[in-house]
Parts: sequence; structure tokens; C-alpha cells
Amino acid sequence: MPDTAETAPFEVKDCALITLSTGIRVQNLREFRDALEKVPVGSIDHHFWGRLLRPQFDEPEYNNDFASWAYHGLHDKSLAEQLSMTLPTDFPDLETLRLELIDTVEKHLDESEMIPWARADQLFHFLHSQIVVFDTGLRFGDPRDLTAYLPSLSTGCIYYHFIDARSRTRQRCDDFSAWLAGFGDRYESLRLRLCGFDPYFSSLDEIRARVASLFQAFFEEQP
Amino acid sequence: MCASIHYRDDEFLGRYAAVTGACVIQHLEQLAASLKGARVVHVNSTREGGGVAEILQKLIPLKKALGIDARWEVIEGTPAFYACTKSFHNALQGMDIRLSDKLLEAYEETNARCAERLKPILEQADFVFIHDPQPAALLKHFPERRGQWIWRCHIDVRQPFRPVWKYLRPFLSAYDASIFSLPEFAQPLPHPQYIIAPSIDPLSEKNRDLPNAEIEKVYDRFDLDPERPMVLQVSRYDRFKDPVGVIRACRMAAKLTPLQLVLAGGEASDDPEGQAVLEEVRQQAEGHPDIHVLLLPADAHRTINALQRAADIVIQKSLREGFGLTVTEGMWKGRPVIGGDTGGIRLQVFNHYTGFLVRTPEGAALRIRYLLHNGRLRRQMGERARRFVLDNFLITRHLREYLTLLVSLQAGGRDRMMVG
Repeated sequence: MPDTAETAPFEVKDCALITLSTGIRVQNLREFRDALEKVPVGSIDHHFWGRLLRPQFDEPEYNNDFASWAYHGLHDKSLAEQLSMTLPTDFPDLETLRLELIDTVEKHLDESEMIPWARADQLFHFLHSQIVVFDTGLRFGDPRDLTAYLPSLSTGCIYYHFIDARSRTRQRCDDFSAWLAGFGDRYESLRLRLCGFDPYFSSLDEIRARVASLFQAFFEEQP
Repeated sequence: MCASIHYRDDEFLGRYAAVTGACVIQHLEQLAASLKGARVVHVNSTREGGGVAEILQKLIPLKKALGIDARWEVIEGTPAFYACTKSFHNALQGMDIRLSDKLLEAYEETNARCAERLKPILEQADFVFIHDPQPAALLKHFPERRGQWIWRCHIDVRQPFRPVWKYLRPFLSAYDASIFSLPEFAQPLPHPQYIIAPSIDPLSEKNRDLPNAEIEKVYDRFDLDPERPMVLQVSRYDRFKDPVGVIRACRMAAKLTPLQLVLAGGEASDDPEGQAVLEEVRQQAEGHPDIHVLLLPADAHRTINALQRAADIVIQKSLREGFGLTVTEGMWKGRPVIGGDTGGIRLQVFNHYTGFLVRTPEGAALRIRYLLHNGRLRRQMGERARRFVLDNFLITRHLREYLTLLVSLQAGGRDRMMVG
């Protein structure tokens, strides 16, 4: 079984993101379907996680921008519900996720008597983002040492290690879990708890607090 | 990571760390590390008055403190130039305005003359930010430029008047990138279009905390009644800010609840239309002692700060708005805001959370009555509003996005970049 000495230290990285317009905007569901086919694949990713970077106040009713527009722009609740249960981590890559979204929308179009449309001030604007990643220089060889630092990680660190990792890594999970897996069974219950945390309705601050509390609770339970 | 980082309160960056937390400042330092020594020039058309000048007054020293060689240049034109650029401004916000060849000539001549003056600085810069349409035609005079040029649009250009957009588009297309405040404002242009919301500076004269005595002085100074609820709109006298609509709203609300309205407008040296709108507003206010129309000098920042803190409700009933920094300022002072349902105001005002969005004077009147009727709710909304600005609309967030953009352009605009 690998132990601390054999597992590479956890490298804390931070990131900053910036949003760009793709120049593509749509007003009805047919235009939306066509746009899904041609937007850069990064735009699909952005609309699942971009809300974490945007100023917002209310609790997100739906957990991605597509579902939110279906409800608030098109006033189509059933489509909003279907799109909200499309989870990026269920698909091996973003292109497969794109095909699934198109399929969901096409099916809905087939079942609709009229094409749902939005008011002129409720268009859907396809966006994407660029990410700048930088190394903080901090390294942790022992998960117990990392625990003390988690509450003071910047939200950029949280985004990189807990959100970005889901589209960046083969395991489609967060970097903390991937690192803990390197220790064999030793931290398995903590790893499973991290993997079981649904980040879709939380802000980055809330995700940080939750991750920190999971680590802390795990070590408090240890003899 | 910032657990062990401490900034001294008497240091420039330390003063910001005291407001935002050390993490935020350390994040900026890490991001700026790869930009150390980069020559960055911002160009606009006024040193004072209006949101752009206010942002630049603080953005430049902050960039310098992070090791970037930043500077700010201002172009100056003739009255015909300002008449032309004011018309651009109105037309880009959707007004049907025909521009004479003479005005367009004044625009291009001013840009050509300023290009000559600024040549040594702009030609050698690594990055040039051109703010709004006034200096947009500078670029064509720099075929030998070594750096990347970015057009920063602060205006609500969702539905520009097409002939004017068609005239400006060739100037803008040549830029390496553009920045808009909201996704809705982005226009088809052949380069990357970044989305960056503006911000306020929490340490500026306009936004820093004030002693109560200073706040109370505004009652005497402007003949206001300290016992009567106060509704305040701060903005230049511009038809898109709908000051006449605000007067109508307050007159309707005042039939049922006592209040006083203060319209506080500044002067901007690049706005030739302000005087005419001010006269209209004064006519509407005539015979109503509870409506106070103030014309304040461009540097009356502390006075505006005190007025915002003295107000019970801040209103910004704009018909079009690029962003609405006066909304942000009001929220930072813990005041609920009644805002026009347009542009960047929608990004800040959330119904029942930080204020209310309205479309008509009647809507504004209803919300004024509602808020004045419920003091507890007003305070709760105000507290949420301040927290919301702290998290989203301070200059440190704005700077982080500018730095990210610069790193991105430096790296060739890839979707994922590693620095450091």
C-alpha cells in the first residue's frame, strides 16, 4: 500500500478566469439547438460552471445556465428540468456532453407544437472563459497538514482544484480526491465523502467551507 | 493561499487588503508577476467627471503598485469634437442621430492631432487601452505599433443606431480585443470580446467612511430637512438618466408619504448637452420646495459621499445604462437602490434583495412608497447590498480581470495558460 512517502505532494495551484463572448446569441429553441452544435466546446463547459464566477444573489433554481434560460427565458419548465439533470461528469468528454444536450433539445422540439421563444431582452448569450493558472509554491505531503490550510485557500484555488478538475482530469472528480487515492485505502472514507459532495448549488465560498469541514471531521474521527 | 500574508495598513496595497482581505491582494500580486515592467497606457477624453475617469484615477496607481509601468493619457478636442462624441454616445445607446460631415471631420482631426502628440508613448507601449469611442480613431495612426490595443466600451451598445455603428466599426475592427461591461453589449467584431464589469474604489473620497458630523452638514448646506425621508439620484444631467422621470415618480409618491428628492448632478467636460437637460430639470422642479436640484463641481466627491449616506433610498432610474456606478456607490453605503430595469443595473439590483428594478415613474413611485413604509426591510436590503458590492464590484476584482486579460493576450489568447 503506498504511504505518504511514496505519494507525490499536493501542489496548491491558484487560478483566475476571464469571460469572453462567443458572439453567438439566440432567441428561440431552434436557434439554441443550432448554436449548441457550433459553439466552441469550452462554451458548453462555461455554462455549467460559469455561474460560480458571476455576481448573483438568489439561490440558483437550476444548476446550469441552459436550464436557467429554459425556465426564465423560454418559460419552459419541463425542458428546464430535463437540462438541469444533465451532469457533465456523467460523460467522458465535453463533445459527448454537447451531443447529449442537442439530443435533449431536439427531442423537446419534436414534442412541441410551437417553438418556444424568449423576449428580445432575454436572449441567450453563449460565453466562454480563459483560465490563467499559477503555482502558489505550496506543497503538502500529508493530508493532515493540508486540513489546517483549507479554510484560507482562495476561491481561485477552490475553483481550480474542485471544479476545473472535473473537466481537466480523467477521473472527472476533484484534485483532492485524486490525491487521496494515491494513499491507497488510508483516506478512502474521506475520498468517498469528497466525491459525494454535490457542488452544483453552492458558491465557491460554500464549497471551500464544505471541503474544509469534511477534512476536519475525518481527522477528528481518527484515533 | 494567504494564511501567512500580512500587509501593513499604511502601505498602499495594505489599505486595500484591510477592506478585501489579504488573499485578494496576494492573488493580484501573483497574477501581475508575469507582467512586471510591462508598459500599459490607458487613453480617454476626460481627466475628471464620469465613471471612466474615476476608475482610471485608482486603477493606474494600483497597477503601478503591482510593478506594471502604467500611465494615463487624455485626449482634448474642440467643441465640435465633443458635440460629435456626445452624439456618438447617444447614438450607440440607440438614439436616431444623424451626424454631419463637419462633425465627423472634427472627430477624425482631433484623433489625428492627438495621435501625433502621443506617438512616442503609444507606439512603444506593450498594451494600450482605449476607452469609449472618443479616442477610438487613434489606432489607425499607429501602423508601427509594437503592442496590443484593446478597445474598452463603457456604454450600453445593445442596440446601437446602425449608421453610427457602421461609421465606427472600421475603427474598432482593427483592435486586438475589446471589452464590454455585459454579454448583451458585445457586438460582432473580428477579435476576442472580453466581458468585464466596472467597479468602485472603496478608499476613494467618494466611497470611504465619513464621520457623522460631515454627513449631517449636507442638511444645512443644501437646505434639506433632516426629519424628512430623502430620495437621492446622483448622475450627470443626461436624458438617458431620466431625471424628469424621477421628479414625476417622487411627486406621485409624495402624495401619500412625505419625502424630499435630491438630484445631484456633476459636470463632465466632455458632455455639451448637460446644460440643456439641467434647464429642463429645473423647470420641472420649479414650485416644489422638496425637490432639490444640485449642480456640483466634478471634484465634489466627499459631498456626494455624504449625500449618499444621508439618503434613505438611492434611485437610478436610467433608461439606458452602461453599468451604473452610482448604483454601486449607493449600495456600498448600505442603501437599497431603485434602478431602471436596464443594462448593468440588472447585474446589481435584485428585486427584494438589494432593491427594485423599475420601468416607469409609476413603478419607481410604488417602490419608493414601499421602502419608506418599511424601515427594517430597507436596512436589511442595504446590508445585503453592501456585502454584494464587497464580493463583486470593488476595484480589486476589476483589476484582477484586467490582469487576467493582459496575461491572456500576452500568451496569445489560449483558453488555458500557466504562469509562474
